[in-house]
Amino acid sequence: MKALLRPSLLALALVLALLPLAMPNNYVVDVAVRIALAAIAAIGLNLLMGFAGQISIGHAAFIAIGAYGSGIVTARFGWPPLAAIVGAAVGAALVAWIIAKPILRLKGHSLTMATLGLGVIVNIVLINEVGWTGGPDGMPVPPLEVAGFAFAKVRHWYALAAVLLWLSVLLSLNLYASPGGRALRGLNGSEVAARVMGVDVARFKVRAFVASAVFAAVSGSLTAHYLGFISPSIAAFTHSVELATMVVLGGMASTFGAVLGAALLTALPQLLGGLHGYEMVFFGLVLMLTMIFLPKGLVPSIALKLRKKG
Amino acid sequence: MLEVRNLFKSFGGVHAMHDVSFSVRAGSVHSVIGPNGAGKTTLFNLVSGVYEPTRGEILLDGQNVAGLPPDQLARRGMSRTFQNLQVCMNMTACENVMLGAHLHTRSSLLGGMTGATRRADAALREEAMRLIDYVGVGRHAQAHATQLSFGLLKRLEIARALASKPRLLLLDEPAAGLNDTETHEITELIRSIADSGVTVLLVEHDMKLVMNISDHILVLDYGRKLAEGTAAEVRANPRVIAAYLGTEVVEAV
Repeated sequence: MKALLRPSLLALALVLALLPLAMPNNYVVDVAVRIALAAIAAIGLNLLMGFAGQISIGHAAFIAIGAYGSGIVTARFGWPPLAAIVGAAVGAALVAWIIAKPILRLKGHSLTMATLGLGVIVNIVLINEVGWTGGPDGMPVPPLEVAGFAFAKVRHWYALAAVLLWLSVLLSLNLYASPGGRALRGLNGSEVAARVMGVDVARFKVRAFVASAVFAAVSGSLTAHYLGFISPSIAAFTHSVELATMVVLGGMASTFGAVLGAALLTALPQLLGGLHGYEMVFFGLVLMLTMIFLPKGLVPSIALKLRKKG
Repeated sequence: MLEVRNLFKSFGGVHAMHDVSFSVRAGSVHSVIGPNGAGKTTLFNLVSGVYEPTRGEILLDGQNVAGLPPDQLARRGMSRTFQNLQVCMNMTACENVMLGAHLHTRSSLLGGMTGATRRADAALREEAMRLIDYVGVGRHAQAHATQLSFGLLKRLEIARALASKPRLLLLDEPAAGLNDTETHEITELIRSIADSGVTVLLVEHDMKLVMNISDHILVLDYGRKLAEGTAAEVRANPRVIAAYLGTEVVEAV
């Protein structure tokens, strides 16, 4: 119980609860829902990139597995959405495990390269398996309905996304201050030290990869049900880079950083009136500027400034 | 406790370790000395599983552990520090020491996320604080590792290694880069650790420290065993004096 009373979690709950009052119209609520769903994926990716220091540039593949997994089993097999979301998450976990298990025994950047390959493969499969996925035209996804309640209004979605975002933050903060979280951060800080302390480094990297895939898949499933329509662009390389940029911009290993990164990168293009095909330029620029001026990312840099003042 | 038999290690064509044998008695302080490049750190990396030996046996409690990875050796009661610090700079001092206790925790990610490990973690933190106090870094327990001085980080590494509750502790040049006072303090610390029943294998350049504290000394030169014995025996050994100690030993005594 004490854990739930942490000031940061209380503050987040308060902000999430009060925010709708300040939202003038459904367009803003819609953006907030998109932010929350993206933040769930970013929080997951932060476990892999920020905690364990392993870079994935194919994470959109897991979002796509969640989205299409959910979409296909609900639309074509009539599964209830909740079962579909859980099923898709298990599927993503399996795919992540199968990829990571052999690769993480190797040293260096092999995982990064493998995630790049995964992203490309998933994208191509989604485009070519027209019978299942609708091909390049995409496919419709039934709306979310849980125990007879239909999430029909955008404000319903806000409530759901806010609760799930808050839960994701809770899980991530808990992990940060637990033996498992320290093992991940430790192998990031010094792999040889972590090994000497008894950490089975390869196994923990696999676990982080699987966990991040599950977060991504849940985010993808919900996004599919929310939008009611999905297309292969959800697995595009641009999307993977966008996710990684959220984590880097917000601050590696910072849970709230991942949320902030997701908020900024989701809201800014909306404010700028769309990027019209210049997404890659935008994300590339954000990445470069972050690396040059805020190599630790937004939240850790701000925290450091406050600490120095205080 | 530890027995090394006919250990060989070559990197390409270089014989970094050539037919070295020695044994470490439980409860003793055993030092390895030798000039730069003698193979001390190579020996450490071999014993602690960071390198795999080309040939030879390393027996821990009578079982051959040569070639086992470091995390397996940690399970068998071995821990170490590093000459070039390997503190996790992305964590606080206290978190580093808590990481040291990894093997005595439930470390599943799911358990961590759900907060199931929270209660055990409080006890872990207390134990970590005790160890940090013990090595003399107590005032900086909550500080980020990046904020600590070199001397403090060296002690922090010892606390982290102790947190794994090792029976055999390998210390790789614990006094390197420290001034006289700090060296004296670390000597006391090592003695106290040995008195608590932990077997210590030590690589060190500081002769005063080595001569003061060692029950047994192994002298390496060019990857071969040059001599071994008690401090007095090693000091009196003409080969050692010729190869390495020179006049320094006279000053040290």
